[in-house]
Amino acid sequence: MYPREYRYTKEHEWIKAEGGTGTIGITDYAQQELGDVVFVELPKVGAQINAGQSFGTVESVKAVSEIFSPVTGEILETNSALVNAPEKINQDPHGSAWLVRMRLADSKELVGLMDAPAYEAYIAEKAKEHSA
Amino acid sequence: MVNFGGWDMPLEYSGIISEHEAVRTRAGLFDVSHMGEIEIRGAGALELVQWVTCNDAAKLTIGQAQYSGLMTERGTFVDDLLVHKISEAHYLLCVNAGNQDYDFDHIVSHDRFGAKSENAGPRYSQLAIQGPRAKEILQRLTPVPLDPIRYYHFTFGKVDGVDCLIARTGYTGEDGFEIYFDPEFSEKLWDALMHAGQPAGMLPCGLGARNTLRLEAGMCLYGHEIDETTTPWEAGLGWICKLSKGAFLGSELLARQKQTGPERKLAGFEMLDRRIGRDGYPILIAGREAGRVTSGCPAPFLKKNIGMAYVPAATSSLGTEIEISIRSQLAPARIVALPFYKRPQ
Repeated sequence: MYPREYRYTKEHEWIKAEGGTGTIGITDYAQQELGDVVFVELPKVGAQINAGQSFGTVESVKAVSEIFSPVTGEILETNSALVNAPEKINQDPHGSAWLVRMRLADSKELVGLMDAPAYEAYIAEKAKEHSA
Repeated sequence: MVNFGGWDMPLEYSGIISEHEAVRTRAGLFDVSHMGEIEIRGAGALELVQWVTCNDAAKLTIGQAQYSGLMTERGTFVDDLLVHKISEAHYLLCVNAGNQDYDFDHIVSHDRFGAKSENAGPRYSQLAIQGPRAKEILQRLTPVPLDPIRYYHFTFGKVDGVDCLIARTGYTGEDGFEIYFDPEFSEKLWDALMHAGQPAGMLPCGLGARNTLRLEAGMCLYGHEIDETTTPWEAGLGWICKLSKGAFLGSELLARQKQTGPERKLAGFEMLDRRIGRDGYPILIAGREAGRVTSGCPAPFLKKNIGMAYVPAATSSLGTEIEISIRSQLAPARIVALPFYKRPQ
């Protein structure tokens, strides 16, 4: 379910790093929690973003969720297809519905993020809290 | 599941958009057992109902229901409610979950008519079946002819063998029914209705769709559009405020406000771009903060982003351009007529 080569945050973003760039999106867990996504707001290309900084929002019918950057870097590209088809985030959150690509300032930041098994354990714990 | 007035309730089943669409085009089933019921009986029952509510309950015939407001001494809303006239000396009030105990105490404290009030919530479950195919689905489970039950009327009869009060009421802007029955049969009736509705494409619906449906239909939600600070005139609910019926709680102040006109009015707005003006966001008119959004969300059927807000009466006319402050950016919107959606007749 959760791609092994991705890294994950506690705020439910994923990042796929290749060389000096990273592709960032929200996780399947996040899209399920949000429900039907209807609006996405993304940063401008060229924006400098710090790790942990909010760089955009994803809105569903019922809620607004800020997107926090897993890493520090510069926005290289945003997924413009989401502007007119935000529902793609519900359909393919780990693939075609990526949000932004960034140039990584320091790839060592990735070490502090969760790998897939750790993230799966983290959301299993969340699910338990929910049903409690 | 979310906690709503002490009840654990599903916000959505299959998704708010698909549930909303089902109610507008087919049917949806809502478990609204959280709603509170208060029964008023005895010789003073009508007098008590008349004294604490703003609509004219004397106009009701047996088997008729009306939308009304439970008033404070200041003519503001303790709650909004449905008043059902069961007999000359018996009224069933359907009130909001979170307000039930408070409403009950309020009613009892104003009873100088010798009526007998009962906080009857635990004795009732309630299911709402709503949408253009609701009647056909419910009819499969009951010998009671549903066609003759007019809008805002009710009758008693069996649904799948269970004794029910069957009311042609709802909170979605569609035709539909709300049935009240002994909680012992909740699961049985839910399952029977789901089974009967499946061939018609009925979906189970949660609180999320209940909110988007009522907002599209321009209906108020307690705690958002109405509360103890708002009057019926301000809320656009003048049609349930019957000063001609004689004195009632708050009627003097309401008469005065009717003469002077309210300073603020509830208005509907639609966003002019893709952004969403949500609950609590500030509204600006001519660059000055003029109020806050009381409810705002995407309207899944109209495919617009809509909302309601209190604005100064002088600037509440249709077509007025306003701005909504969304995370410190200003998004353009326009005041439009309520309701946003009206079902085809």
